[in-house]
Amino acid sequence: MHLDGKIPGGPLPQKWERRKLEYALVSPANRRKYRVLVVGTGLAGASAAATLGELGYRVECVFFHDSPRRAHSIAAQGGINAAKNYQNDGDSVQRLFQDTIKGGDYRAREGNVYRLAEVSLRIIDQCVAQGVPFAREYGGKLANRSFGGAQVSRTFYARGQTGQQLLLGAYQALLRQVQAGTVRISPRTEMLDLVVANGKARGIVARDLVTGEIRTFVADAVVLATGGYGNAYFLSTYARNSNATAIWRAHRRGAYFANPCFTQIHPTCIPVSGEHQSKLTLMSESLRNDGRIWVPLRAGDERSPEQIPEDQRDYYLERRYPSYGNLTPRDVASRAAKAVCDEGRGVGKSGLGVYLDFADAIRRLGADVIGERYGNLFAMYAEITGDDPYRTPMRIYPAIHYTMGGLWVDYDLMSTIDGLFVIGEANFSDHGANRLGASALMQGLADGYFIAPLAVGSYLARAKPPAIDDSHPAFEEARKATAARIERLLSVHGKRTAASFHRELGKLLWDQCGMSRSRAGLESALARIPELREKFYREILVPGHGESLNRELETAGRVADYFELAELICRDALRREESCGGHFREEYQTPDGEALRDDEHFAYVAAWEWREGEPPVLHKEPLVFEAAPPMQRSYK
Amino acid sequence: MRIALEVWRQRSPEEPGRFVRYETAEASPDMSLLELLDVVNEDLVRKGEEPIAFDSDCREGICGTCGFMVNGLAHGPLKGAAACQVYLRNFRDGETLFLEPFRAKAFPLIKDLVINRSALDRIIAAGGYVSVNTGNAPEANTSTIPKDFAEEAMDAAACIACGACIAACPNASAALFTGAKITHLGKLPQGQPERGRRALRMVRAAAAEGFGHCTFAGECETACPKSIPLQVITQMNRDYLAARLRGEGRAPTRHIEPGTPKRRR
Repeated sequence: MHLDGKIPGGPLPQKWERRKLEYALVSPANRRKYRVLVVGTGLAGASAAATLGELGYRVECVFFHDSPRRAHSIAAQGGINAAKNYQNDGDSVQRLFQDTIKGGDYRAREGNVYRLAEVSLRIIDQCVAQGVPFAREYGGKLANRSFGGAQVSRTFYARGQTGQQLLLGAYQALLRQVQAGTVRISPRTEMLDLVVANGKARGIVARDLVTGEIRTFVADAVVLATGGYGNAYFLSTYARNSNATAIWRAHRRGAYFANPCFTQIHPTCIPVSGEHQSKLTLMSESLRNDGRIWVPLRAGDERSPEQIPEDQRDYYLERRYPSYGNLTPRDVASRAAKAVCDEGRGVGKSGLGVYLDFADAIRRLGADVIGERYGNLFAMYAEITGDDPYRTPMRIYPAIHYTMGGLWVDYDLMSTIDGLFVIGEANFSDHGANRLGASALMQGLADGYFIAPLAVGSYLARAKPPAIDDSHPAFEEARKATAARIERLLSVHGKRTAASFHRELGKLLWDQCGMSRSRAGLESALARIPELREKFYREILVPGHGESLNRELETAGRVADYFELAELICRDALRREESCGGHFREEYQTPDGEALRDDEHFAYVAAWEWREGEPPVLHKEPLVFEAAPPMQRSYK
Repeated sequence: MRIALEVWRQRSPEEPGRFVRYETAEASPDMSLLELLDVVNEDLVRKGEEPIAFDSDCREGICGTCGFMVNGLAHGPLKGAAACQVYLRNFRDGETLFLEPFRAKAFPLIKDLVINRSALDRIIAAGGYVSVNTGNAPEANTSTIPKDFAEEAMDAAACIACGACIAACPNASAALFTGAKITHLGKLPQGQPERGRRALRMVRAAAAEGFGHCTFAGECETACPKSIPLQVITQMNRDYLAARLRGEGRAPTRHIEPGTPKRRR
């Protein structure tokens, strides 16, 4: 199959305008005849469902949380980018576009990224109108801060809770539509399969997590907004329940999976404290505005940080990257942290940590100002570690945080299955091989408020999907397959918990396909994963039955899908014989240890097609750069 | 360290519940309370028993999914923390913790520590928003908002809808929750056009869900993991009263009999 990104023609600034004119419309009176199913209620899902409801479509919104407001977008801390140039520091749509393309190490589509930068302006307007309490200056205007990978201040924020406030804005808009009767919500309902009938996405199979009932939802178009797949690594900054099942099941039904090896490792997380640990906690990138990162100059220096004099400290980011300093992008900062720890200069009990020090900022600005900016983060850190960051430097270490890869979509956010749209982190579209800080919220809301509602409408107007109900054989087949998968997990009666398998798989992925990857490591992982998967199906133990709330069953189903996904992640990483963004192959680096890209051979999107019982097939979508010609990505 | 748990186990709303004791030997002070429950659960599963059902998701105190009573206190002994942020170093070695679900008429129990809090969504749906469709927003910086107002709005907007305020309240009142949203939007110029209507509709929705009335016991403020101040309730009462006095929310119906001829004045 030829992969067509369907990028509109013409110069970059006119592409989106042109596409909007090309879109077919559904007249207001006809919209209520169409049913649109939105899965997930994070920033992308909630904003899309609300907007589709406002437009007059009949929207069904399915999610596994108990309330739409719990989706993991709520935990985003630092902010959201927009090219408003309120600070008069030289920002523009063009510059946000360039920063994002460069930040993504030239592995994203120009057309998509330009549109994202354009739409960013309207997102801030929309959110302010909804009453999102962004930080303000004394004059009453909106405040901005800086973020990694940019030399302008374009990040809007609401303390360290920006994701929460943006999500509540979208959630409130969604509930307003629920009240208006245009949107119906199904909480505690988890999608377990996609239904494709006559070549078009026509609905899903889902399990009611309270009663265990297997339900089907029928629709004219399906929108997946189910987030990223970083929890395949077990320890990550994702919420406990974030999982890949929805996108993985869609992949198995024919949606290509793009760039699965592009995973983001965030440099500033609280280090692992022990075996029992269930998740890692992020400390917002915004902390790098005022915190300075350092390790002792000498390996094995076990003195406490206060006892190490200034001249025996190595502020390695400031040293290696003087023009961006502590605000280098995430991939660069993470690798640099790993490098100093590998040299034996890491801090803390495990040696896997570096200092993030606020002493200078507190001296300069006072503890009050620092408290106002980061108070909640400092409190969170203190609760978890028992250390007070006002007095002693934080200890941080990189952790899995985001996935740039996801289901392949064209410019209209439609996957390789007709009528299946994928938005937010679940798709692969805008961040290339590395996402810049404060850009995930921007992309989620751009997709949900401004792009998907138009694209879905145009699809419905053109495809005019015929009437269908769940007695169609495709629904019957999907329902039976889902029930059979559940039965299989319940019937093994083995001796190991799903969590123990998840931990083992996660460690394998982190070791072999984490911050740095090599041919040998990836090949060993690819040999090991199928063995582990077989063991899983022999030894898994799921107590209870399927007809009630059963968390072990939920976890086991998710872990089963991680095994298949993990294999694809490693396969993609092995195939991409270059280093770019979050994907660092040890064999491909510059003499000073920076990522060495290979534009001649790898300037493409790797889109994988699922084949039952045989290896997946790679399809390549070449990336063309006209406005931002690739260069070596330097932050020195 | 050793921590003993007495956990409320109830298979379904129809069956009676009871406390069941679990001894844990492998607790460490750096472990969170929920991680201790994970460990207990893995043990139970290995023994082929049903694990303790409890809700949790982000585990950093922001999603509002987790929450239960720990020794009679919503989210446990720490001020300004959700259950997932409570680490075992806050307890004594050998201590016994009683864990039971948030209890309120409007929070029906699902299983063990898991409850249904969808009533809170319905309160928001009644009016906890600014009615603005996507696309009709003006340029963001055209409205200026004094920094103090923005900060006060943010203080109230920090609510995570965990339900602790309701569980802690002797009347199971949702006043802190409802007041927080009314205050958040009421402090901002964007929220003004619907301010009275919002207060009326949200307060009535809360009553209809079966939440009690507020008698200013103040337990909610202490229990709130986000330290939402009691003032939001005062603000709610003021907005509600003002709207009533202005006669808002009464439908201005003028009945016209069919066939009534139009009369010229």
